[in-house]
Amino acid sequence: MDNNWLLRVRNLTKIYGEPTLDSIHRTGPAFNTNICPKTGAVVAVNDISFDVYPGEVLGIVGESGSGKSTLVQMLYFDQEVSAGEVNFKPVDDGNVNLFELSNQKKRYIRNHLMGMVYQNPRDGLNFRFSSGGNIAEKLLMANVFHVGRIRIRGADLLTKTEVPIKRMDESPARFSGGMQQRVQIAKAIANNPPMLLLDEVTSGLDVSVQAKVLDLIRGLQQDLGVSMIVVSHDLGVIRMLTDRTMVLKHGKIVEQGLTDQILQDPQHGYTQLLVSSLL
Amino acid sequence: MIENQKFQHSFNYAYIDEYTKKEIRRKTLKAVCIPGYQVPYSSPEMPISRGWGTGGLHVTLSLVGPNDVLKVIDQGSDASVNACNLRAFIKEMSNCAVTFDTAEATLIQTRHRVPEEILTEKQILVLQVPQPEVLRSVERHEAKTRVMHGEADYAKIWVTLYEAYVRSGGLRSGAGHPIMVNGRYVATPSPIPSWDVPNLNMARCLYLFGAGREKRIHCIPPFTRVEPLEFEDIRFKVEEFLGVKCSASGQDKAFMDQIYADDFSSSYVINDSNFLDKLRKGPRPPQKLFTNPA
Repeated sequence: MDNNWLLRVRNLTKIYGEPTLDSIHRTGPAFNTNICPKTGAVVAVNDISFDVYPGEVLGIVGESGSGKSTLVQMLYFDQEVSAGEVNFKPVDDGNVNLFELSNQKKRYIRNHLMGMVYQNPRDGLNFRFSSGGNIAEKLLMANVFHVGRIRIRGADLLTKTEVPIKRMDESPARFSGGMQQRVQIAKAIANNPPMLLLDEVTSGLDVSVQAKVLDLIRGLQQDLGVSMIVVSHDLGVIRMLTDRTMVLKHGKIVEQGLTDQILQDPQHGYTQLLVSSLL
Repeated sequence: MIENQKFQHSFNYAYIDEYTKKEIRRKTLKAVCIPGYQVPYSSPEMPISRGWGTGGLHVTLSLVGPNDVLKVIDQGSDASVNACNLRAFIKEMSNCAVTFDTAEATLIQTRHRVPEEILTEKQILVLQVPQPEVLRSVERHEAKTRVMHGEADYAKIWVTLYEAYVRSGGLRSGAGHPIMVNGRYVATPSPIPSWDVPNLNMARCLYLFGAGREKRIHCIPPFTRVEPLEFEDIRFKVEEFLGVKCSASGQDKAFMDQIYADDFSSSYVINDSNFLDKLRKGPRPPQKLFTNPA
């Protein structure tokens, strides 16, 4: 394979419970379970490897419980990994496994090199701070200690994500779901990270707001050229945003390829089921 | 007749038993070695309840000796009930000398104020601290705040300052403005007014902070850098008493209390009672000034 990847994931595994050799080898789509037959451990992510290229949008689909969210949460260091390694080009030119770094280094990567948008805005935003304060938190982590500059940048980001600047000093608790999500996106891109992780960003929103948020994400992607991993159970979202798609089932990749190809001509039985059940 | 050795002495010297005093001294030494770091300690039972100055009392009693000269201040005053009772208790237990005179004291226990008069290398100031954890307002869990201190992750406390600016147009955080100690740990200097914060920077005396209820000791050793957190464009400010004179001494340039009379008129009085006494008697004692340049 060529060497121009941005993020390289190898043998990523997450097991909740007591792992045995069987946990890996006797779970997955072939066995139609992700529960280890011996110990009852849950194999959320089972030995997954993939690459993400600069400027690319990678989609991850699968039903609930297939391990999609666990996968991105591990990439954002929200969860400990059981095994596997991740290399990231902006860190040491990709020669170091991110999971072996110190917590301080990991925090630096979270704040400067990655952005995460959670399904629930309460996970990504602090509702006790104002919207501007939430964005300021990211900038302060990047050692911008100038209130004037923080406010200009905050207003800039909120304009970009179509949140009225008048409401910059209000708590996101008083915002609608769609606005909360847009504040979360503004926070995630505050430090111009090369990599953005989106975990079910539109799942809690009604359809018209979904379309707006998706539009926004697509616009930002084109403007900033940022790479994204988009996790969703909604094939509509995947079709609209992503270039390439992986289909997950029971913690394993059952099919991957160009998004159009997968949606038009699904090969795996499970993908066929997903596509045919699309409303 | 039963002779019980144990109860022949009603108390140990300086009330606390020697092993516990030794433990408190060891923890204090550790706090001196790591400026701004909160060291957990035993916080033994005292004849007053936790949260009423036990932390300061522990530190004071572990340090006091018969040759010490003790001063106890409560919100600047030597004469308040809390100050009087603590002073009487420590004197009774340790047989030390007591004074009101800031310059004469070797050991000063205080609540909510640092004396106006410059303290010297011969003096130790012990502060009673209600909440030593500066991050508690932004993070409830002790385990997490410890990790945040360990990784110098202070963005959240900066956001509270940003929010204070957005709401009020200044960094006014009332008492206990967060400080950066020796360029490493962010700490809260007990709830002292902003007026006293610059006094902590590069001071000649030793500052010890005891929080009895929270079971923590932290410290600012002599000649340690202490910087209040401030933004590049929005600076930290101490309280301003511009155009205000003390009604008792006619002097200014000190931290003032505003006192209301029955007819709703108000006047100002210098808060530090010993400083006020000295001003009325004679020349102004040596003082570090940060504001009121006029």
